[in-house]
Amino acid sequence: MLLQLKNVTGGYNDLEIVKNISISVMKGQFLGILGPNGSGKTTLLKIISGLLPASKGEIFLNERLLSSYSAKTRAREIAVLPQKTESAFSYRVKEIVALGRYPHQTSFFQTKRMEDEQIINEAMKQTKVFEFKDKFLHALSGGEQQRVMLAQALAQQPKLLLLDEPTNHLDISFQIGLLNSLKNWVKQKSLAVIAILHDLNIASLYCDQILLLEEGRQIALNKPSIVMEEVQLAKVYKTALKRNEHPIVPKPLITFLPTSDDGATRNIIDSFSISQTTEMMVIHSPVPFKTLSSAVLGAGFSWKRIFINRHVPKNYHYDDAQAEFNSFLTAKKINSAEVIGMMTAANLEKAVIVEKKESNFSLLVIVTAGLSNAVDVSRSYFSTETKSTIGTINTWVFIEGNLPEAAFVQALMTATEAKVKALHDEEVKDPVTQTIATGTSTDCTLISASQTGTHFDYAGTITPLGKTIGHAVYEATRTAIQRDKGEGNVIKH
Amino acid sequence: MPNLFILKFSTNKIIVRYVFSVIFLLMALLVGIALGSVSIPFYQIIMVILGKTVYTPFLDHVEPMLQNIIWNIRLPRVLLALFVGGSLALAGAAFQGFLKNPLADPYTLGVSSGAAFGAVIVLFFGVTIPLLGEMTLPIVAIFSGFITLLFVITFTKVINRQMAVETIILTGIIFSSFLGSFISLMIALTGEELRQIINWLMGSVSMRGFEYVKLQLPFFIAGILILLFNSQELNALSFGEETAKHLGVNLQTRKILILLSAALLTGSAVAVSGTIGFVGLVIPHLVRMLWGPDHKHLLPLACIYGGAFLIVADLLARTIIAPTELPIGVITALIGGPVFAMIMFQLRKV
Repeated sequence: MLLQLKNVTGGYNDLEIVKNISISVMKGQFLGILGPNGSGKTTLLKIISGLLPASKGEIFLNERLLSSYSAKTRAREIAVLPQKTESAFSYRVKEIVALGRYPHQTSFFQTKRMEDEQIINEAMKQTKVFEFKDKFLHALSGGEQQRVMLAQALAQQPKLLLLDEPTNHLDISFQIGLLNSLKNWVKQKSLAVIAILHDLNIASLYCDQILLLEEGRQIALNKPSIVMEEVQLAKVYKTALKRNEHPIVPKPLITFLPTSDDGATRNIIDSFSISQTTEMMVIHSPVPFKTLSSAVLGAGFSWKRIFINRHVPKNYHYDDAQAEFNSFLTAKKINSAEVIGMMTAANLEKAVIVEKKESNFSLLVIVTAGLSNAVDVSRSYFSTETKSTIGTINTWVFIEGNLPEAAFVQALMTATEAKVKALHDEEVKDPVTQTIATGTSTDCTLISASQTGTHFDYAGTITPLGKTIGHAVYEATRTAIQRDKGEGNVIKH
Repeated sequence: MPNLFILKFSTNKIIVRYVFSVIFLLMALLVGIALGSVSIPFYQIIMVILGKTVYTPFLDHVEPMLQNIIWNIRLPRVLLALFVGGSLALAGAAFQGFLKNPLADPYTLGVSSGAAFGAVIVLFFGVTIPLLGEMTLPIVAIFSGFITLLFVITFTKVINRQMAVETIILTGIIFSSFLGSFISLMIALTGEELRQIINWLMGSVSMRGFEYVKLQLPFFIAGILILLFNSQELNALSFGEETAKHLGVNLQTRKILILLSAALLTGSAVAVSGTIGFVGLVIPHLVRMLWGPDHKHLLPLACIYGGAFLIVADLLARTIIAPTELPIGVITALIGGPVFAMIMFQLRKV
C-alpha cells in the first residue's frame, strides 16, 4: 500500500473542513476526488501533501507515518501539481523543471549533474515542453505553463502525484492529452495519481477509483460505475442530471438537464409540415424529436428535426450510401446533422399516414411499402441471397409524449410485431421459400418522441401507448401493402 | 554527446560572466580610490596596496602624503562602500526571492529604518551592552532590523494572506515612516550635532576608517555564506511557499536562515553607513535582466555589482559638486526611484 488514510480529519487551525476520510491508494492507481465547491477537495489534497496537518486520524506513506518524513524525503515520494503557480521573475522553462531535482540534491555542490540533466530532459520530453526549454515561463500559454509545472513534478520522480484540477487551464485536446499521458505513466512507472477533477465525465473515463465528498464527508469511494449513480450525484451536486453509458468504453457518462419552462403544448405533431414529391417525402418538426431508428442517416439514438424518406430507383447501388445521401442533401441545401434519412424504392405517393389522438398523447404513423424483397425471417437461412436490393417497408412512428429509452425499445418491438402481423394477414409471400414473409430485407423503422407532455414508462403491446402504436402500424402497413399490390385504395377489414 | 557539449558551453559562459564582473569591480575600486580632490595614478595605488600588504619597499615609490590618502582615507572608504553595497544588494535579492516580490528591498520593507532606529538608540543614549563592546551598535541594529522585518511580514499576512506585492511594500513604508518619526523625535530631543546625524541617516561611507570595515566584515561574510547555501531554496520560494514545500524545502528552518542573514547584512550595513536606499532594489533587478533569476548566480553577482555600484555612487556623491559632499543616499535614490517606477510598470503589464 502506497498511501493510506485512516479516519483523517483536518483543516485550517481549529476549523475541521474534512472529516473522517479513509482511503488507500496502491501503485498504478488513479484516484479521482469529486465534489461540489467547498466540499473540502483541496483541503484533503493539502493534508495528503503535508501542507496541512491532520488533526485526527493517521496517514501512512509506504507503511510509515507521513508526519515522520522530512520535507525533503517526502518530496521524493510525493509531487504536487497545483492549480496555478507563478513567479514574479522570468525563469526559463529548463530552470523551473530543474527545481524538481531539489529533493534529490543532498549537498550544495551537486554531484550527480549528468544524471539530473538526463532526468530533467526526460521529464520535459514527456510533457512535450522540451522545445520550449529556453523560453521564459510567462511567454507560454496557460496550458503550456501547466505542462512545465507537470514536468517539474515528474523530475521529482515521485511515487505519488497529486493534481489539483490539472485540466483547469487547458483546452479540450490538451485535457485529454494530459490525462492520456497520466494514465500511461500510472501504468508504466507504477505511479499513483490522486487528482481533484471538476468534470464528472473525465473522472468517469480516467479514474480507477472515485472519492465523492460532500461538505467534507466521504460519501462514496468506489469504481466510477458505482460511485456515479444518478440519485447520489444529483443529491451531492444539487443539480438535475442523467446518467448514460459511454458509446465506446464501459464507463458512465453524466449529462446535466437544463431547466426550461416552455409550457409543453399538445400540438407539436399538428404543426409538422409534411411535403411530398415523387423524389422524397420530408417532415419538418418545429422542435427536435428524440429518435431511435435504423435509418441510413442518423441511425441509433439521436435528436432530429427533419425526417426524409427518399425514393430511389430499384437498381440503386452505392458502396457508401451514407456519403451519397449526404451529397444528395447538400445539393438540396439541407443540413444533414438534423436529418433522419431513409430510402425506399416504393412509390412515395402510396404512403399511408395514420394519425391517432388520445387524451394524453398523439401519434402519427407513416408507412411506405415495397414488397419485391419480402423475406420470411424464419426461413431466410435457406436463401443464398446476401446482397440486399431496394424494396422496403419503412415505418415511422411519431409520439407526442415523454418516453424513457426502455419504452423506445418496447415501441420498436410493438411496431415490428404489428408489421409482421400485417404481412401475415395480407399473405405476402417470400418469393424464395414460398412461405409467408415477415418483412423485407431492408426494412427501416423509426420511433420518434417529442419528450414533452405525459411520461410513459412502457410502450409494450398491452399498454395504452403500445395498443395505439400497434393498431396504427398494423392498419397503415396493411393499407400500404394493398396499395403496393395495386389494389387501389380499398381497405379490407 | 550533445549534452556534455551544452554543459561545457554553459559552464564557459558562466565563467566569462564572473571574470567580467570581477574585473568591473576591480576597476570601480581603482577609480574610486584614484578620483577625488587629489587625483592619483593607478600604479601608485597598486604600489601602496602591495607595499602595505605584501612587500614594503614598494612604498618607497609613493609620497607619504599620497600613501596616507590612499591607505587611510580612500581605501577604507571604497572598501566600506563595497561591503555595504554588496550587503544591501544581497539582502535585496534575498527579500525579493523570499517574498516573490521584485519591489522588496531593505529600504522599502522598512528593515533599514528598523536597524537605524536601533542604531540611533545606541549612538545617542551611549548604550554599551556588556560583552558585546563595540559590537553593540551593529548587533542592536541587526536585532531591531530583524524585529521590524518580522512585524512587517506578520502584519502583511494578517491583512492579505496572499502577500500581494503592493501590500508588503505599503506595510514596509508605513513602518518605515513610523520609525523615522521616532528617530526624528530622538534627534530633536538631543539637539546637538544635528547636521551630522542627518548626514548619517541619509547614508554615508566617508570618514569611517578601517574600524568600520572591520566592524561590518564578519556579518558580511556570515550573511553571504548563509544565503549562498540557500540559493536553491530561494529559487523554490520564488514560486511561492506552497511550491517550495512541495519541492521539499524545509520552510521553518530555511525561512529563519534567510530572513536572519538578510537582517544581518542590512543591520550591519546600516550600523556603519546609515540608511542607503534602493541598492537592494536596483542591483538584483539589473543582474536578473542581464543573466536571469537563478539565485545560484544572482546572489554572488548582485553582491559584486552592489559593491561596485555603491563605490561609483559614493564617487559621484563626493565629486559632482565638490568640495561639497552629497549624501550617498541622494545618488542611490536618484537612480533607484525611476527603477522602482519601471519595475512597478512592468508588473502592471503582466
